Amino acid sequence: MAVEIEGIFVPQEAIKVERKSAVQADHVFKFVLGVFAFSVVVLLVWLGIQLYISSLPAFKALGFWDFIKGTTWDPVSGVFGALPFIYGTIVTSFLALLIATPLGVGTALFLAELSPKWLKRSLQPLVELLAGIPSVIYGLWGIFILSPLMANTVEPFLSARLGFLPFFRGYPLGIGFLTAAVILAIMIVPFIISVSTEVLSTVPTPLKEGMYALGATRWETMKKVALPYARSGIFGSIILALARALGETMAVTMVIGNTPQISKSLFDPGYTMAAVIANEFTEATSDSYLSALVAIAFILLLITLLVNAVARWLIWRTTGVK
Amino acid sequence: MADLANDGRKVKGSKASSAGTEFSGIGFSYWRRKVTSGFFTGLFSSSVLIVLLPLLLIIGYLFFKGASSVNLNFFIHRPAPVGEAGGGMGNGIIGSLFIVGLASLLGIPVGLLGGIFLGEFPHNKLSTVTRFVADVLNGTPSIVMGVFAYTVVVLPMKSFSAIAGGFALGVMMIPTIIRTTDEILQTVPLTIREASLALGVPYWRTVLSVVLRSAKSGIVTGILLSIARVLGETAPLLFTSFNNAFFSYSFTQPISSLSVQIFSYAISPYEDWHRQAWAGALVLVVGILAVNLAVRAFSRQKYEQTV
Repeated sequence: MAVEIEGIFVPQEAIKVERKSAVQADHVFKFVLGVFAFSVVVLLVWLGIQLYISSLPAFKALGFWDFIKGTTWDPVSGVFGALPFIYGTIVTSFLALLIATPLGVGTALFLAELSPKWLKRSLQPLVELLAGIPSVIYGLWGIFILSPLMANTVEPFLSARLGFLPFFRGYPLGIGFLTAAVILAIMIVPFIISVSTEVLSTVPTPLKEGMYALGATRWETMKKVALPYARSGIFGSIILALARALGETMAVTMVIGNTPQISKSLFDPGYTMAAVIANEFTEATSDSYLSALVAIAFILLLITLLVNAVARWLIWRTTGVK
Repeated sequence: MADLANDGRKVKGSKASSAGTEFSGIGFSYWRRKVTSGFFTGLFSSSVLIVLLPLLLIIGYLFFKGASSVNLNFFIHRPAPVGEAGGGMGNGIIGSLFIVGLASLLGIPVGLLGGIFLGEFPHNKLSTVTRFVADVLNGTPSIVMGVFAYTVVVLPMKSFSAIAGGFALGVMMIPTIIRTTDEILQTVPLTIREASLALGVPYWRTVLSVVLRSAKSGIVTGILLSIARVLGETAPLLFTSFNNAFFSYSFTQPISSLSVQIFSYAISPYEDWHRQAWAGALVLVVGILAVNLAVRAFSRQKYEQTV
């Protein structure tokens, strides 16, 4: 048996064999690619297990909840309590969100709804530049420029005007929770902007046109159509930014003062989970000290995994999985 | 179409109660509505300025404080002791490139091949899971990756090393490259694949020589952007590649990096070192921005050519 292909007679068996091996090759190809795709899942599981195993000694010695609730961090006498770091991380991150959210969403609304196309096209790369500047540069700028500004201008102003609140009392050092929060806000605002802009651009134009046709103003259209439609995606972008803030290390380390204390005043120096790992990891001489630091990394991992998962779910719900 | 109709109903339904009150007094409050709208428009426009102000300040100060200390010595010398002139961060610059090179050896192949799977089989269950995990990994703090690399590489080797730093950064590159490759391959039209398959080209060959070729510039862009991102990373290097006062080209020895040097100089008490830190920061940022701008110009040019 033979068939003619382009004037050449080829035995039928040859075609069959070739087709069979081609199909097999495709299967092998897909399998190999799949292994690499799956390796990412393996990586995450490995990461979790590895950190859990290395932090077990600390959890065993101190008890999981006592480790989290403990307020004393004294490596010399082997007492490890993570609460001051958890407190610092949460306070700075939420304060940063408080500053960054209105600015980020406002900018996103401007880019998506108000800005002319040419302006949007030149502003968006700038926002991406802001996201591309390394953390350590923000820290450097924070130490030498922002911190004196906070100590000499912003903090005295706040304590004069809002000094009746316990958050704004104390000596304006320029190094502490508030400065860290401001730096964090600058760093996370690009994430809110880029994701929110993307989500807002998925609002169907006919819905907005309908509003304008009814005589609605720009703000009414944003408030009644764009924002409700994009709500869950914008919320997702804010939570995504929260995850960034929780894990941000270098810039915070350089401006928060690195003092493990729980203080009501935002002017006081504090410490965060990421910062204590960065500062003390190479100094950890004993196994229990090292294990306690890995345990903090493990808790940080769990928190950010949870926050990220929620954020992704919210964003995917609005824009659809891409 | 069905989707659109659905979405319309959702918004209308959820806001029906308040919409009634909003428009009840149209004639009466016309000017007030105009002014309110103008107020919010102004607010959103000014938030853009507030957001971009720090960018301006940071770039401005980098040049103002750093430019005077950037000279030839800075690029070719290793750090000098405090008080001695003529030191530089040459070892840090080479170290950074060395570590990022190692990271690319891990990050690019894994990210690329995994990304091809996601882009070619987008609705596969494994793809959905991997996509989610990659996004989550992307948001994992870099310091956690550093601790991971420490327990996996540094502890067994009993020494800080360039490999450990490369591993930490490589792991961070994987999810970024996977996701950009994934998104770009999904934009390659199905008809291109069909045309190739119709010519009798096996599927694997179609992907490698037709799909990848047409997505090449996008994929390269994604890879370069992920390199630019890890180039400035500091936290994962603090206790993996550590630091080194000398030039080092060894895989198994601690190695200096520009970002770690900027950090240790910035927190030092010496005026001299602060100047060096600013200079290092300027070089680092200009390097990263150059990669970013080049990539952007390159991909836009490509895009305009093809469309």
